[in-house]
Amino acid sequence: MIAIRGLSKSLDRRVVLNRVDLDVAKGETLVVIGRSGCGKSVLLKHVLGLMKPDSGTVTIFGKQLDQLDRTHLYELRMRCGVLFQGGALFDSLTVAENVGLGLSENTSKSKAEIADIVAERLEWVGLAGVGPRAPSDLSGGMRKRAALARAIAMDPEIVLYDEPTTGLDPITAEGINDLIVRLRERLKVTAIAVTHDMNSAFKIGDRIAMLHDGHIIFDGSVDQVRNSSDPIVQQFIAGATTGPLEPL
Amino acid sequence: MARPPRPRPREARTPVIHRFAVNAAEGGRATPAILCHCAPIHRPWSLVPRPHAHPAFVIAPFAAPADTSLVELIRDIGRRILRLTVYVGGLTVMIGRLLASLPQILGSARLVVYQMLTMGVRSLPLIILTSVFTGAVSAWQAAYQFQNFVPMRYLGTAVGKAVVIELAPVLTALVVAGRVGASIAAELGTMRVTEQIDALEVMGVDPVRYLVMPRVTSGALMMPVLVLFSDFVAIMGALIVAVLMVHLSAATFLNGVKLFFHMSDMYAGLFKASIFGIIISLIGCYQGFQTRGGAEGVGRSTTGAVVIASVLILISDYLIATMLFRV
Repeated sequence: MIAIRGLSKSLDRRVVLNRVDLDVAKGETLVVIGRSGCGKSVLLKHVLGLMKPDSGTVTIFGKQLDQLDRTHLYELRMRCGVLFQGGALFDSLTVAENVGLGLSENTSKSKAEIADIVAERLEWVGLAGVGPRAPSDLSGGMRKRAALARAIAMDPEIVLYDEPTTGLDPITAEGINDLIVRLRERLKVTAIAVTHDMNSAFKIGDRIAMLHDGHIIFDGSVDQVRNSSDPIVQQFIAGATTGPLEPL
Repeated sequence: MARPPRPRPREARTPVIHRFAVNAAEGGRATPAILCHCAPIHRPWSLVPRPHAHPAFVIAPFAAPADTSLVELIRDIGRRILRLTVYVGGLTVMIGRLLASLPQILGSARLVVYQMLTMGVRSLPLIILTSVFTGAVSAWQAAYQFQNFVPMRYLGTAVGKAVVIELAPVLTALVVAGRVGASIAAELGTMRVTEQIDALEVMGVDPVRYLVMPRVTSGALMMPVLVLFSDFVAIMGALIVAVLMVHLSAATFLNGVKLFFHMSDMYAGLFKASIFGIIISLIGCYQGFQTRGGAEGVGRSTTGAVVIASVLILISDYLIATMLFRV
């Protein structure tokens, strides 16, 4: 479903991604873990075609992104949903308008049909009746859930999650994790999530890859991560301050 | 046989501050440093300014500073040219995408109308306020210049011409650049740094069609309307000054306005206004799209939008004047 081959990217003369190879099978949820600033979000932006790689390719639905023109890239993106780290809800629109924007701009559905879909998606994420409110009136957890409702509004085949639980209290974070698992079961989507929250990674991931110094240093199942002998992986999942990774 | 020169005792040598010694660890920035003891070198051709004499230290240029400064200067010029080229290139690409999205303008009519309301109607009170005083001061200054040289019945003519051709379009544009251009750059800049523009992209919504096209269209359409208001209000402001301060009759002033009034002058002013509207909104949008970093980046983009738009307004004003008004 998603194939990343030899992806390299440097930002401000710093190598962020160095010949990264990754595959995600249909229906699978891959969680990419790594320290803050290691390039997880950059990897996600390449999957969406929001950044151009220095070298390497990203192929989604059998189509190589760098060979698509803008129109075809937009068509491909419409089959994807993204939950951004900060939600990225449009301040000038209500929650309902945010959730329905993709439908109103890209489909010929009537206003009533869009309103029904929006209400259904908001109900899925536990925000029934919140549609008329402004994003600025919502709490952090509600904003994430509204953003999730927007991400799944167009029945995407691929959903990408950028730090889905960052900045949330543990209970709300657990609620978001449950929501992601439920949506995966309901929509049968393929997903990539980037996070440094190991609780979230273990809960939502079928497979976990660790990005470190621009490379994928580990790629395996949840159990394989737990039993990994790699000291970097072990230090990261334990959150230990002693080990090969400097705490600061 | 000549005796070899005696070496100077070390204590007699003068410590030298190499003010422009380059510290590579600090990214090539010039930093003051006392490096060694040696005799000062006089280099009149050096680009390094002559240092002040100091009782303890004689400051002399390091052997390399002239070259280093020159290289830095050339590098800086190169960087600026590169930045300008990238800016113009990016702006050109945005204009291309904007033109490509124009056929979809009917589908975005709601967005255009909303922007027309924001840019036009909500700017009106400020435009009226500034135009009253623009007209008033131009009447007062013209009357001051006219006294003893030009009959006051031509006051309306001078003020009318100046307002319609130049003052109303340019001053309205500068005010709108400060109000609307800054607001566009700040809004889109915030959208950029909070990933809202990325969110549009991934939803398959072209940000240029959704954000830029309505703003530029409304800029092109609403600026002439604002200038029409400004023309009227400025002439009314001038009339008030002419009647109350210069003691001219209203009829004399208005007859003066009509005396050499040509509709072509009005059209030229409105045409300029439309171009200025495009410049203000386009630069605001581009600055917003180029925003990097957080609040500081948004602030930089906002300032840049006002400064660049203002400069381009004045330059394009001259260019349009030379094209439309042949001497």
